[in-house]
Amino acid sequence: MQFISLLLLLFPLFGFLVIGLFSRQINKKYAGVVASGVVFVNLILTSILFWFVTTTNQTVETDLFDWIKFANISIPFALTVDRLSALMLFVVNGVGFLIHVYSIGYMKGDDGENRFFSYMNLFIFFMLILVLSSNYLMLFIGWEGVGLCSYLLIGFWYKDHLNNNAAKKAFIMNRIGDLGFLIGIFMIFHTFGTLNISEVATKASIMPSGCTALLIITLGLFSGAIGKSAQIPLFTWLPDAMAGPTPVSALIHAATMVTAGVYLVARSSVLFVLSPVTMNLILVIGMFTALISGLIAIYQNDIKKILAYSTISQLGFMFMALGLGSFSGAMFHLTTHAFFKALLFLAAGSVMHALNQEQDIRKMGGLRKKIPFTFALFAIGAIAISGIPPFAGFFSKEMILSVAYEHGMGMGIIATFISLLTTVYMFRLLFVAFYKPESDAVKANHSVHESPLVMLIPMAVLALLSMAAGFVQTPALFSSNNLFEDYLSPIFVSAHQLVPASGQNLSVLTEWLTLLIPLTIIAILIYISYMRFAKERVIAELSGIQKVMANKFYFDEIYNFCIVKPIEKLSLFFRETVDQGIINRLINSIGSGTLYIGGRVRLLQTGNVGFYLIIMAFSIIAILFFNLIR
Amino acid sequence: MGSTVTQLQMIPLSFYIIFCTALFTIGVVGVLAKRNALAIFMSVELMLNSANLLLAAFSAYRNDPSGQVFVFFIMVVAAAEVAIGLALLVVVYRSSRTIDINILNRLKW
Repeated sequence: MQFISLLLLLFPLFGFLVIGLFSRQINKKYAGVVASGVVFVNLILTSILFWFVTTTNQTVETDLFDWIKFANISIPFALTVDRLSALMLFVVNGVGFLIHVYSIGYMKGDDGENRFFSYMNLFIFFMLILVLSSNYLMLFIGWEGVGLCSYLLIGFWYKDHLNNNAAKKAFIMNRIGDLGFLIGIFMIFHTFGTLNISEVATKASIMPSGCTALLIITLGLFSGAIGKSAQIPLFTWLPDAMAGPTPVSALIHAATMVTAGVYLVARSSVLFVLSPVTMNLILVIGMFTALISGLIAIYQNDIKKILAYSTISQLGFMFMALGLGSFSGAMFHLTTHAFFKALLFLAAGSVMHALNQEQDIRKMGGLRKKIPFTFALFAIGAIAISGIPPFAGFFSKEMILSVAYEHGMGMGIIATFISLLTTVYMFRLLFVAFYKPESDAVKANHSVHESPLVMLIPMAVLALLSMAAGFVQTPALFSSNNLFEDYLSPIFVSAHQLVPASGQNLSVLTEWLTLLIPLTIIAILIYISYMRFAKERVIAELSGIQKVMANKFYFDEIYNFCIVKPIEKLSLFFRETVDQGIINRLINSIGSGTLYIGGRVRLLQTGNVGFYLIIMAFSIIAILFFNLIR
Repeated sequence: MGSTVTQLQMIPLSFYIIFCTALFTIGVVGVLAKRNALAIFMSVELMLNSANLLLAAFSAYRNDPSGQVFVFFIMVVAAAEVAIGLALLVVVYRSSRTIDINILNRLKW
């Protein structure tokens, strides 16, 4: 088993090296096959590991070698496969494999196909390090590695400067959060003397709740999670990250990398439950992120931007669940979200593929008949994410909502409102893009075509998963099927023992009401948006608050004004005044002063030998005279 | 030896010193004032020989032969110097058809 967990890392690394190093030699036809094959092998290995971990109830610990060792610091390069990481392995390798296969079709004919697949395999490698690492430092390496791959893949089409800027923005904003993460890691070492995740959890469980060290640690770790998972205030990079190829958006910026923050918090659940202040902060930040990005998504017109804001909103929802102490709820939503959001992105990619990379939904319309398969798959994704039973989104959202209602009626209503926003923006997108009468652009475009099978089949698999994955965890109302929660309970048992759930149980009537009322509202919302968006209508001018939402609450502008511009001014000051004005002038004046003196002194050198001799004679006389009178 | 020394000592020492100073001064003025490189050489030789003469005189008066040994050394050095200097002069003359030292200010800067 230990060997298998090692192979899991080696295969994608092998794929990256082979495709990356021999990218000029390898025929483009095979790069995608090799890359997908590697991930497929990983998927099989994951299944074996999953079976082993589930049946024997053990964790697989692989201690490869001592990575950092001096004084009393010893950090091994070690892998851990427990139930939580096995779940993440499934998400990363499963969704990753499907997206790799999809990319074979999507990236066909692109110049950098080999480069693309080598980056994708590198991403899988780093993501697996992140998931499998048994200490925080290795987790950080994986964390940075996926950030690097994200940067490389956002700027994949590097000839366009906008893409490069988006890549840089993502990298820099992640860096801000990672600083906090690093401080958190140092603080962990300072407090516990070890970085091993399970040892830290054991040592932390005897610490008093709410002590300062834990507060700093959790705040640091959470700030890393804020950056990586695109929460307020560091969320603006994710919509820009849509500049990358669509499979990248699906894999990195929807299904796997951005959920690393959720994974980190769930991994460190013991630390977090002992720090109630941080938990409340997570709850508040998650709530505001989900709310604000949900509102922004309603007025966006770029198909990928809508999905990006939707991702941020769902991530915020996961963080709400974490803040409420429902770690398995967050992980459940993470899993189902990976399926249907990847599906939505791939379907959006399929739409763009059909329309020559058109992303503006106002220039679509009527696609329902032109690309029926894509439409059907997209609709499945939209239904799943909106939380309509019996699709996966319903179950995962219901799990979080029930925790929210147990926490308090107000919290429950806010959470319900947030999840209803999903319905609004997803069905607006669906109706505008697929139902509305064809726009002129679509009419003029005669090459609208359904995507090839290599793209449709992965989407179909994801659609099946989006439909069926929810049944592993059904609401308490229907049956006592708690497969998912039971599966993860050994991971979170210590966290739940330390701080037992405080919420009161709801009566059956309230549970039915909290279930049925949102569903009714969802039905009404779908009807309204059908009437409003599916018919030919003059697009109304946006007014007041709508304009604010369409402009993303001016977050980018505010950051620009408050942070980017002052830093730019400061840099300019240092360049113009300090560097050019002071340092440069100092150095130059030494040079020019020497030149000036040289210019004067060289006049002495007349070249006249007689003159030299006179100088010599009189100098000797002067020296002798000087010696005489001394 | 003894007779030569006594003959030399018949002339007072101050005479030697005054004579050598005069020779040396003539040499210095010749070096400074002349523009002909050959004349400058001759002036330099004059200065050297005035020093030689003084050395020989002191040596005689003090009954110390090492001063005269020095004189021979100086002569050898002077001969070597003249050999090099004249060779340089020949080269200068070949390139510029003159031995006026002012021509050498071409080398400045």
